[in-house]
Amino acid sequence: MKPHRRKRLAIILFIAAGLSVGIGLTLYALRQNLNMFFTPSQVAAGEFPPGREIRIGGMVKEGSVLHADDSLEVRFVATDYASDVPIHYQGILPDLFREGQGIVVEGQVDRAGVLQASRVLAKHDENYMSPEVKAALDAAHVERPGYGQVSEGVPDGT
Amino acid sequence: MVPEFGQFALILAFCLSLILATLPTIGAARGNLLWMNFARPLSAGIFVFLALCMVILGYAFVTDDFSVQFVAAHSNTLLPLQYKITAIWGGHEGSFLFWTFMLSFWMLMVSIFSRSMPIDFVARVLGVLGFLAAGYILFMIATSNPFDRVVPLAPQDGSDLNSALQDFAFIIHPPTLYMGYVGFSVVFAFAIAALLSGRLDAAWARWSRPWANIAWVWLTGGLALGSWWAYYELGWGGWWAWDPVENPPLITWLLGTALMHSLAVTEKRGVFKSWTVLLAILAFAGSLLGTFITRSGLLTSVHAFASDPTRGVFILGFIGLTVGGSLVLYALRAPLIRNESTFAAVSREVLLLVNNILLVVAAASVLLGTLFPMVYQAITDDLISIGPPYFNAIIVPLAVVLAVALGIGPVCRWKSTSLGYLCSQLTRVAIASLVLGVLVPLLVTLEFSLSVSIGMVLAFWLFLTIGRDVVNRVLSKPDRWQALRTLPASYLGMQLAHFGLAVMIVGVCLTANFSMEKSVLLAAGQSIDLGNYDFQFNGTRPITGPNYIGDEATIVVNHNGKFMRELHPEKRIYVASNSPSTEMAIDAGLFRDLFVTLGEGRNGGAAWSMTLYIKPFIRWVWMGAILMGIGGITAALDKRYRKLRARDQRLREAGESLSPKPQTV
Repeated sequence: MKPHRRKRLAIILFIAAGLSVGIGLTLYALRQNLNMFFTPSQVAAGEFPPGREIRIGGMVKEGSVLHADDSLEVRFVATDYASDVPIHYQGILPDLFREGQGIVVEGQVDRAGVLQASRVLAKHDENYMSPEVKAALDAAHVERPGYGQVSEGVPDGT
Repeated sequence: MVPEFGQFALILAFCLSLILATLPTIGAARGNLLWMNFARPLSAGIFVFLALCMVILGYAFVTDDFSVQFVAAHSNTLLPLQYKITAIWGGHEGSFLFWTFMLSFWMLMVSIFSRSMPIDFVARVLGVLGFLAAGYILFMIATSNPFDRVVPLAPQDGSDLNSALQDFAFIIHPPTLYMGYVGFSVVFAFAIAALLSGRLDAAWARWSRPWANIAWVWLTGGLALGSWWAYYELGWGGWWAWDPVENPPLITWLLGTALMHSLAVTEKRGVFKSWTVLLAILAFAGSLLGTFITRSGLLTSVHAFASDPTRGVFILGFIGLTVGGSLVLYALRAPLIRNESTFAAVSREVLLLVNNILLVVAAASVLLGTLFPMVYQAITDDLISIGPPYFNAIIVPLAVVLAVALGIGPVCRWKSTSLGYLCSQLTRVAIASLVLGVLVPLLVTLEFSLSVSIGMVLAFWLFLTIGRDVVNRVLSKPDRWQALRTLPASYLGMQLAHFGLAVMIVGVCLTANFSMEKSVLLAAGQSIDLGNYDFQFNGTRPITGPNYIGDEATIVVNHNGKFMRELHPEKRIYVASNSPSTEMAIDAGLFRDLFVTLGEGRNGGAAWSMTLYIKPFIRWVWMGAILMGIGGITAALDKRYRKLRARDQRLREAGESLSPKPQTV
């Protein structure tokens, strides 16, 4: 092989090696960190992988929010107006968390069927509904009574 | 009546950009000097009319003209004046106008600071930018006109600017970010002009470099400001959240960083040419993708504007047209590009190649993680999301390899370097950074942590290799003081930016590993310990602002039992929109930030939930970004560009005049 060919081959192999390492890492990381989304009806019917972090979207059921008196524990019910999922959360709820509003919750469902939430996200815009909440309500064939875009409670104009 | 003038100015700007997109470019192809000379005045004209649009929209905000839809949706009579003006970029339509105005500003700058470039090149560059401007303005007129009226009845009052946007950082973050984003269109236009003219030489790279540097500086600033804003206003408690709309500027930044390095190789050594052009196209595509993601509403994000699908379709079509078109042009022209020199397996070229590969892989993985949920949904109809752990798992190892290579690169020589020379230069530095990086955190915290050690070893590795290289340069000269003062600006800028990266690594590493936080419910008078600090909650008092009401808490912070200061976090309700907002209280310091956010009052306000944070070294993240920015500006101001520009100009004048003047170089 001519020297310049050999060098070009070395460069190509080098790039290919770099790319495959990158792709390998990427796919590995993707597999580890996929959060699947489920509707309250699916969760109530047990159609979710047990022991994994999942995301559900729905409305906060009116009158379901119960705060503990002396700690940050809170229990509420997420609903798609067909099925309910009880949720337990320890922490501060987002500014825009309200009864009757759309939310997305991340966490694991325990043996008692309660979703132990690690993160609660609330809508931040009156005019726009999160695709996830909308999907949940559409799947349950419910007329949506409210709107909500999901976020940690905060928007930005950029 | 006034908003209609804005409409009119917008249409005029559109017509001028259509002419700019065609006439000078055709002129350049045919060698028609008159047509080419239209490029500069047309650019100035577009700038003037878009500036007029900005002034008119600003006037509508300041005078509370709620008959304009955009004003009614993003302002309110109670809104303080500075936010009325900046509300121009507080929503989709206005921010798009602002974006296009920025583009016309860059065009004006190109037309002013391009005296030394041949006129056909300038005509092509401005022609490409004119095409982009025409596309953006058409998009505005067709789908998102900021001057649209509310008919038939204008509302009495506006529905107010989103409360999270009523903040100082909002005044400066979007303009800075847009300047950076749009700046990469200029570098893109240079690349396309070079492809069109078939002159992909060192001169093209030299012309592009200062522009790429300046665009990169703005983008760096925009990202840093966005990160700082998210930290203190949005209360995410961190400096980066891997939000789908945070990611596209980062992708553009990674590609832009790769582009700057690759341009250096192209200019100095005449290699990597076609790769550099491809990077310029990709960085521009990254900036367009950012627009698409923000405005199409396809991704769920804090930033996403409420939007309709026609906008997404239009932007996607525009991306297809510009990026697709330029890639076709690239495919046609790239085989003609010849590299001018060769290099050995151990050389600065190879290390810069490593830099480019790592940065592009990083950009591609961030892009994948950002778009994957969307693609997955399209294929399987299942909704998924990808969390920060994915991005961290990818970026951290890449950054580690990048930092190692970065230490070696500047010490390496162009073309070929012997391994023996590298070892003689770097062995002691490597050992020193290993020892320091492991020992320093061990002695301070008295416990060993692998991730802290890796981060600190890398930081010391960068600090020491930079020091080593500067010392090398100075010691080899007889007059050391003179040598230090005459180091070229581009060299100083490079080392300053690399130093900034090292500072940032310290910040990222220590914040990630040593941050503490606690969410608690406290009654007035109760206190809680966190680290060496004691936070005592002393109740709240009601407050009234210009357009909000709220509660302000008093929290007394004691450090090791001694009074340190009071913190006053707030919970506000913005009256017009009835939306709550949390104002953090931060005690900022060089080595740690204390950070308190208020949750909600319980039992009639007798007790409040709140989150307390200690964030060590978080300021170093932004200090690093500031150093990078200063480095970028320093490098762009290198005398070399001006000298060579003067030479280019003299050569051209000599070539153009019929009787060449004698040259004095």
